[in-house]
Amino acid sequence: MSAPPIAIAERTKSTQDATPHVVVFDNVSIAFDDRPVLEGISFQLPRGESKALFGVAGSGKSTILKLALGLMKPDSGHIYLLGQDVTRMKEEELFALRRKAGIVFQESALFDSLTVRENVAFRLMEEGDVSEEELERRVREALSFVELEHTVDMFPSELSGGMRRRVAIARAIITRPEILLYDSPTGGLDPVTSTLIIELIVKQRDVSKTSSLLVTHRLQDAFIMATHYFDRTANRMKPLPPGTRGEVPMAFLILRDGKVIFDGDAHELAQSKDEYIREYIS
Amino acid sequence: MELISPTEFARDTVQALQEYSLLAGRSVTNLFRYPRYAADIIQQADLIGFGSLPIVVLTGFFTGAVLALNSASTLERFGSLSLIGQLVSVGMVRELGPVLTGLMVAGRNASGMASELGSMIVTEQIDAMRALGTDPMKKLVTPRMISTVVMLFFLTIISDLLGLIGGGVVARFIFGMDSHQYWSSAWQTLVFQDVFTGLVKPVLFGFIIATVGCYYGMSARGGTQGVGRATTQAVVASSVFILLVDFFATKLLISIFGYR
Repeated sequence: MSAPPIAIAERTKSTQDATPHVVVFDNVSIAFDDRPVLEGISFQLPRGESKALFGVAGSGKSTILKLALGLMKPDSGHIYLLGQDVTRMKEEELFALRRKAGIVFQESALFDSLTVRENVAFRLMEEGDVSEEELERRVREALSFVELEHTVDMFPSELSGGMRRRVAIARAIITRPEILLYDSPTGGLDPVTSTLIIELIVKQRDVSKTSSLLVTHRLQDAFIMATHYFDRTANRMKPLPPGTRGEVPMAFLILRDGKVIFDGDAHELAQSKDEYIREYIS
Repeated sequence: MELISPTEFARDTVQALQEYSLLAGRSVTNLFRYPRYAADIIQQADLIGFGSLPIVVLTGFFTGAVLALNSASTLERFGSLSLIGQLVSVGMVRELGPVLTGLMVAGRNASGMASELGSMIVTEQIDAMRALGTDPMKKLVTPRMISTVVMLFFLTIISDLLGLIGGGVVARFIFGMDSHQYWSSAWQTLVFQDVFTGLVKPVLFGFIIATVGCYYGMSARGGTQGVGRATTQAVVASSVFILLVDFFATKLLISIFGYR
C-alpha cells in the first residue's frame, strides 16, 4: 500500500511560501436586506489543508466562498486570499488574483453556449499566451483527471448533473490553482456520483496538494475526506489504516446564526460536547 | 401590488441611474483597455447586423412606400405630386430611417441582450466568469456596444435606401410618376445637414440599445421570472430612451445647423 499523505504540520512546512494561510477571514460581517448573515466570523485555511463548511440552509456558507474570491464585499472585516486583502482591492486587481484560485459552483455554472473543450479552456484562452497544442494538451489532461475526455465536443446541456460538476472541476483545476473552492459539489447527486466527486476532490488534495474550502450539506462527504487518502499507485481513494489520526489535512467548520461555533479536525468534532453539534453530526 | 414609499422609489431610481451610468461609462472606457475581444465583436455584429437585416429591409421599404402614399393626396391637391421624392427622402433620411431602425433593432436586440445576460446572471455564469479572472464588462458589454453602434449605422443607411425605393415604387406604379424625376428630386433635396443628422442618430441609438439591454440583463434578479421582466423592461426603456434622445438630438442639431 502507498503511504498516506504527510501530516498537516510537515506539509505546511515543506510547501510553505510567503503565506502560511491561503485564506484568512478576520471579523467578517455581512447582511442582506438588513438581515445579518455572517456576524464577525474569523477563521484561517492553512496552505495544503481542506476545510469543510457546514451549516443549515441560509447560514452563509456559499457567501463565504464568494467573499473569499472578492465576488462580494463584506460590510465589515478583512478577508485575505493568498496574502492579499480582497476587501481593499478593486475589481480590476481582483481578476489577476482570481486566476490563482478555482471555484466549482453549486449548479456548475458552465457557459451553456460553449462546448466542454471551450469551457475547460476558457481561462487559458483568456490568458491568450498558450499555443493551440498546449491548450489541447491541458484540456485533455484536465478532462482525463475527471475521466471525461470523451465529452470534449459536447455542450453542457448534453451532460448529466454529475458530469457537469466534473467538467466544472476540470475547468477549475486547468491552471493548477493554489486554492479550490467547492460549493456543494455533491448537492442533488446520487450516492455513487457523489462518491466519485469526493474522490476527485481527495485526489486533487493529495496529488496536487491544493488547499480547498468545501461547502456541503452532506456530513458523510467530509468524513470520507477525513478518513481516506488517494493512492496514486492504485489510482483510487483508500481508507486510512485503522488508528491513524491527522494524517490527511482535513478540518471542519460549523456555522450557526452567523457565527463560527466549531473549527477543528474530525476527531475534535467527534469529541465535541456542544449539544447543537452533537445533534448536527448524529 | 406592493406599494413602495416615495423615498424608497427615489433611492432606487437614483441607484439605477448611477449603475446604468457606470455601465455605460465602462463600456466606453474599455475601448482603450486590453484585452479586446475581436471575435466576440464580429460574432455580435453578425447577430445584430445580419440578423436584423430582414426586419430593417421590410420596415424601411414599407415606411417609404406608405409615406409616399399618405403625402401624395395632399401634394396632389396643390398640384405638387412631383415633390413626393423630396418628402420621402427628407422624411426617411432625417427622421424615420434612424428612429424606426432603432426601434426595430431595440425590439429585437435589447431584448436578446437582456435575456442572454439575465440568464447568465441567474445561472451564476457571470460570477463564474469573474471568478475565472475575466471582466464581464469587457467580454460581454463592450463588444455588444461596439457591434450595435457600427451595425445600426449601416442598417440605417440600408433602411433609408429601401425607404426611398419603396417611395419610388409607389410613385412610379401607383401615381405614374417618372422614376428619373422621383430620384432626381429625392437626391437633389438632400443637403449635408440631413445626412449628418440621419447618421449621428443611429450612433446614439445603437449606444442606447446596447447599454440599456446589457444593463437590464446584468441587473436581472429572481430566476426566470426576473429574466422575463428584465427583457420587457429593456425593450420599453430603450424604445422610450430612443424617442427622448431623438427629440433632444434633433433640437441640438437644429440649434447648430439652423432650420432648413
